[in-house]
Amino acid sequence: MGRYVARRLLLTIPVLLGASFLIFAMVYALPGNPIRALAGDRPVSPAVVEVLTERFHLNDPLWVQYWEYLKNLFSGDLGTDFRGRPVIDTIERTLPVTIKLTAVAIVFEAIIGIIAGVLAGIRRNSFFDNLVLVSTTVIVSIPILVLAFIAQLALGLKLGWFPIAGTREGLYSYILPGLVLASGSLAYVARLTRTSIAENMRADYVRTARAKGLPNRTVIVRHTLRNSLIPVVTFIGADIGSLLGGAIVTETVFNLPGIGREVFDSVRSQEGAVVVGIVTLMVFFFIFFNLVVDVLYAVLDPRIRYD
Amino acid sequence: MSTASTSAPAGQARAGSGPVLEVDDLRVQFRTDSGLVNAVNGVSYTVSAGETLAILGESGSGKSVSAQAIMGILDMPPAEITSGRIMFEGRDLLTVSPEEQRKVRGPGISMIFQDALSSLNPVYSVGYQIGEMFRAHRGMSRKDAKKQAVELMDRVRIPAAAQRVNDYPHQFSGGMRQRVMIAMAIALDPRILIADEPTTALDVTVQAQVMDLLKDLQRDTGMGLVLITHDLGVVNEVADNVAVMYAGRIVERGTVDDVFGNPAHPYTEGLMSSIPQVEAKGGRLQPIGGQPPNLANIPSGCPFHPRCPKRRTGADALPGRHCAEDVPPLRLVVPGREAACHYSEEVLGV
Repeated sequence: MGRYVARRLLLTIPVLLGASFLIFAMVYALPGNPIRALAGDRPVSPAVVEVLTERFHLNDPLWVQYWEYLKNLFSGDLGTDFRGRPVIDTIERTLPVTIKLTAVAIVFEAIIGIIAGVLAGIRRNSFFDNLVLVSTTVIVSIPILVLAFIAQLALGLKLGWFPIAGTREGLYSYILPGLVLASGSLAYVARLTRTSIAENMRADYVRTARAKGLPNRTVIVRHTLRNSLIPVVTFIGADIGSLLGGAIVTETVFNLPGIGREVFDSVRSQEGAVVVGIVTLMVFFFIFFNLVVDVLYAVLDPRIRYD
Repeated sequence: MSTASTSAPAGQARAGSGPVLEVDDLRVQFRTDSGLVNAVNGVSYTVSAGETLAILGESGSGKSVSAQAIMGILDMPPAEITSGRIMFEGRDLLTVSPEEQRKVRGPGISMIFQDALSSLNPVYSVGYQIGEMFRAHRGMSRKDAKKQAVELMDRVRIPAAAQRVNDYPHQFSGGMRQRVMIAMAIALDPRILIADEPTTALDVTVQAQVMDLLKDLQRDTGMGLVLITHDLGVVNEVADNVAVMYAGRIVERGTVDDVFGNPAHPYTEGLMSSIPQVEAKGGRLQPIGGQPPNLANIPSGCPFHPRCPKRRTGADALPGRHCAEDVPPLRLVVPGREAACHYSEEVLGV
């Protein structure tokens, strides 16, 4: 197992290099001049443009620019944006927001999704089961943008239970955006759990567990739930990786200064260093949590071995 | 290998105190989208201590369903036990509370299944799964339960039990997995063990080992063994008595020697002539013509009559014994022999 993990971690290096290069190339290919974009409507003296262009290697070919970037990266420097602020500071400022948002979303997704799925799966065709089926279908069909506005209007504005935007009320301000962000995955987790439980209830080993005279609780918890939750846990694990990639819509609608919104703003202002730095980080999160899921899979299911 | 003729008296000798398990007029239906399926239609049998009763029948004859009804592990719904009694140690298992019924499963009656790989939970070690019996029924600690599991694995002759107790089902061979199932089933010294096609999924040499093991365990513990199978060879080798099932009914019952030696029901006769015989090498096998009955629409009268070479309908039939109209009851034909055929005496040739 240790060797497997080490090999997988080593493999992330070429993936990250490739990803960062692709992003770099895409930012490079963007039309327009970032210096002019920075200045907006104000006039900029040619001397300033020249100095900035020189400092950021903007006239050099792609390979040279990327090489300069990599050299800095290996000395621990992610570079600066055109205003001179280090990218690392931007990440430090925005990442905690996204981490909190992700954490809240995952908690909702796991707790509500699994409980709803388990109850629906155990009592198939019951009222609750149908409720879960209908509500998850509705949730999945509504675009997150609409869902976010509905949540703001109903729970924030009309009922006044939650703040509508910003992060002023600490973790509490993350509940509404977390719920909105989680909704899609939550519905999926509920469905996945339900199907998985329903399938496992018919498994031969569950019949064996009953034939052994185990108490109903043991049959359900140990022999049905445990096996049914393997795919669910792995889905949630992988979802952490994707949610950490930031949610542009949710962060924008709820005015949360996370990395999703930051990268969106940076693309618009052609802040190449910021985009490359943050997106590469997102790629890393994604790869890392997929690795965690693979390891977790082997822990949960003894039939899976990587050695 | 002991034959039925030598093991039958031994089994009966221990049977002294009367039957341990008594199934009386058991009926099970399934509600499906395509209508009511009558899987078990009035099955009665008894099992005494030390006795091996083989329940023989083709797929869909209701042998597994009746066993699962006895265990109380039928999925209800869609299944429904519409009538009958299952008397075990003086109590009707169909009327006791679910909790009481649960307490019988394991220490009273236990069961092993055909496919040991899918019947064992893949994510728990075999030691854990065997130990669960002691933890659930005797409140044993996890550690003590594991010790018991090792002893049981020794008892069912799994080599290096102490090392293998923490292995998972997929790490065992098919025969060893079935031994794990057996260890689990006999953990609490049940009075009755129901073995539902225990050797069907195994290859022939392993089949013999597993059957030997079951017989040895039965000799040691005196438990009654209900062997559900469609394998006539297995029945012939290990069973004392045999009940032949067709369309959810028992159509013939008696000692293995009697039933196999001289069938009293045309269906049993058909089964006998459809198995390969060493003596009859080169001869053609005689399959039973026609199709197995549709349990949603069982033929009127004797359910076997559409396939029966000896049926009597119309003018041939004796009054009240019309094969297509009158349902033949399971009746005593000669002492020790029961059959559900209007013309058993002719089939028997007595």
